[in-house]
Amino acid sequence: MAAQLGSILRNRVTLVWLGLVVATMASWTIGTEHGLHAHLATTIVLLVAFIKVRFIGMYFMELRDAPTPLRALFEGYCLVVATVLIVMYLVAG
Amino acid sequence: MWVFILGDMSVFAVLFGVFMTYRDKQPALYAQQQLELHRSFGAINTLLLLTSSLAVVVGVRAIRRGLHRLARASIAAAMVCGCAFLVNKYLEWSSLLIHHHKPQGNDFFMYFFVLTGLHAFHLILGMGVLVAVFALARKPKLTKGQVAFVEGGTCFWHMVDLLWVVLFALLYLVH
Repeated sequence: MAAQLGSILRNRVTLVWLGLVVATMASWTIGTEHGLHAHLATTIVLLVAFIKVRFIGMYFMELRDAPTPLRALFEGYCLVVATVLIVMYLVAG
Repeated sequence: MWVFILGDMSVFAVLFGVFMTYRDKQPALYAQQQLELHRSFGAINTLLLLTSSLAVVVGVRAIRRGLHRLARASIAAAMVCGCAFLVNKYLEWSSLLIHHHKPQGNDFFMYFFVLTGLHAFHLILGMGVLVAVFALARKPKLTKGQVAFVEGGTCFWHMVDLLWVVLFALLYLVH
């Protein structure tokens, strides 16, 4: 079973998982330290969150191989929701 | 299944917007109350769900290749991560309630409990789906409908994961 698991994990999806873990740790650090300007830190945290969402969709949900309209809907969701939340945050000042 | 998943994601998008709207009205209160959260609970839960998602991906690929033992072990590992998330959530909520941070206390904790509670409800539904996928992984051959259920059901689990990624950023890190 270990060899079968290895053959499945020797794939880009494992690298994506590793990237998501690193991004989580980086967001945690940026979101909790007060060295960075709060607006910059929060903008980075929200951007990283939606980039992570996109990667979960493309690789874990296999939307890379999905029909274009479905993929476009998902990518549009990430773009629109991220933009709206970041603009709301920045406008509120 | 995708209509349901995108619909659910849209409902959460509205809730994210509502949270931001009320946060914008009382930024000082939200910032002060956020400091009462233990961010490590949120971060550990994010790592648990990301790992459960990887296990689910392995499970689906194992089912496609007919590797039934590996499929069942992977789906079981994902369920263990899901249970660990719920235990962690229970400990976090208990700790907050002991320290008198209740939903009716202020807007921040009202949204915190509503959003994390709604998410936990979805996670419990997702666990039910994973139990069904685990049972199907025993079968030597799946029908087209069963394959569609496995693929759609596991996408629902990944949705639970991605919604938490946004909630972790909004509730614990935005300041």
